[in-house]
Amino acid sequence: MSFDPVLRLADVSRVHGEGPQAVRALRGVSLDAAAGELIAVMGPSGSGKSTLLNLAGGLDTPTSGTVVVEGTPLSNLSAGELAGLRRRHVGYVFQDLNLIPSLTAAENVMLPRELDGVRARRARQEAAEVLADVGLADVADRFPDEISGGQRQRVAIARALVGERRLILADEPTGALDTPTGDDILQLLRARCDAGTTVLLVTHEPRYAAWADRVVFLRDGEITDSTSAPMESAR
Amino acid sequence: MAIRQGLLALLSRGSRYGYQLRTEFEASTGATWPLNIGQVYTTLSRMERDGLVSPGEQDDQGRVVYTITEAGRAEMERWFSTPVVQADRPRDELVIKLAMAVTAGADVRPVIQAQRVATMRTLQELTRAKRANVEGPAQRLVLDSMIFQAEAEQRWLDHCEAVLAASSQTQERQR
Repeated sequence: MSFDPVLRLADVSRVHGEGPQAVRALRGVSLDAAAGELIAVMGPSGSGKSTLLNLAGGLDTPTSGTVVVEGTPLSNLSAGELAGLRRRHVGYVFQDLNLIPSLTAAENVMLPRELDGVRARRARQEAAEVLADVGLADVADRFPDEISGGQRQRVAIARALVGERRLILADEPTGALDTPTGDDILQLLRARCDAGTTVLLVTHEPRYAAWADRVVFLRDGEITDSTSAPMESAR
Repeated sequence: MAIRQGLLALLSRGSRYGYQLRTEFEASTGATWPLNIGQVYTTLSRMERDGLVSPGEQDDQGRVVYTITEAGRAEMERWFSTPVVQADRPRDELVIKLAMAVTAGADVRPVIQAQRVATMRTLQELTRAKRANVEGPAQRLVLDSMIFQAEAEQRWLDHCEAVLAASSQTQERQR
């Protein structure tokens, strides 16, 4: 087990705008995520949850502080290098899934690999493997509107996982799913963590946050509290 | 269990007669926890024995005013700063605690936050138990029931915080 965190935020602040209208979305947030760790981020609307996730994935740039992904400080990278690092190391799952309706499940999952320059044959093979991992081997050749909401969400997770990416950023990935289906999604993310992937999960649902090793509470752009897994005690 | 701490919270605002304590206790908890006057006096005499309150002289109608001691204040602080354990809640002590913290004019946010973290830990433990459960659907549903209860408590804590923030803003404006 490596001691280097997969993701490190060090004293990260993000201010939107300038002068009296400036909004401080994040204030001096520090957070390390180890390999295989599932961290849930909770907080009221406007507390900075999505800003935190966007900064962690290099979709946004901090006003001050540093973001380090797999040992690489993002501030040192050119735009092209940053895009490459995002594609190779970071997977995103959004509430709005952004699946392309004219592509099959397998083609949606292949897409980021093909953008990475991987040959179609190999990308198809990788997509088949990861779809099987998330229990969707049977629907690989169906289109998004031919499968259920829970299955679509799994396709989006498979797309985030493909290519051995070790950091998954998930923003409300249980969306409008019913409770048992939402539990299945968390079960799946949890299994990937247990296999070594790091997941940062933004959710407003306590029941899903409870799957995490650590729950971080954000308020007005600051981390106010966190729970780590309590020591295993004899019962 | 929480009667004595509730009485201490009321006494932290100033000295009170026993019958006043009873009325204010019920007012603070929305009458979800009716007390009889005998319980109040029994509790006060035990608290006097434990050094948490001190009685004054009897007035001409035979009434005694009770005052909180330093030890009493310390006990109240300890109660507010200690999260309630899910298991031992005969009459939802958490609800009483928050109502009393508001009544006593204490800073309620840290009380809410401490509870939120403690309840989230409980929820994490229940979820781990659910993942490890191989017994079958009956046990899973029992665990789910406990998960839903803990989840409801988290939502209620969020709600308390929002309501208190809104009411303090209203008071600021009225000043």
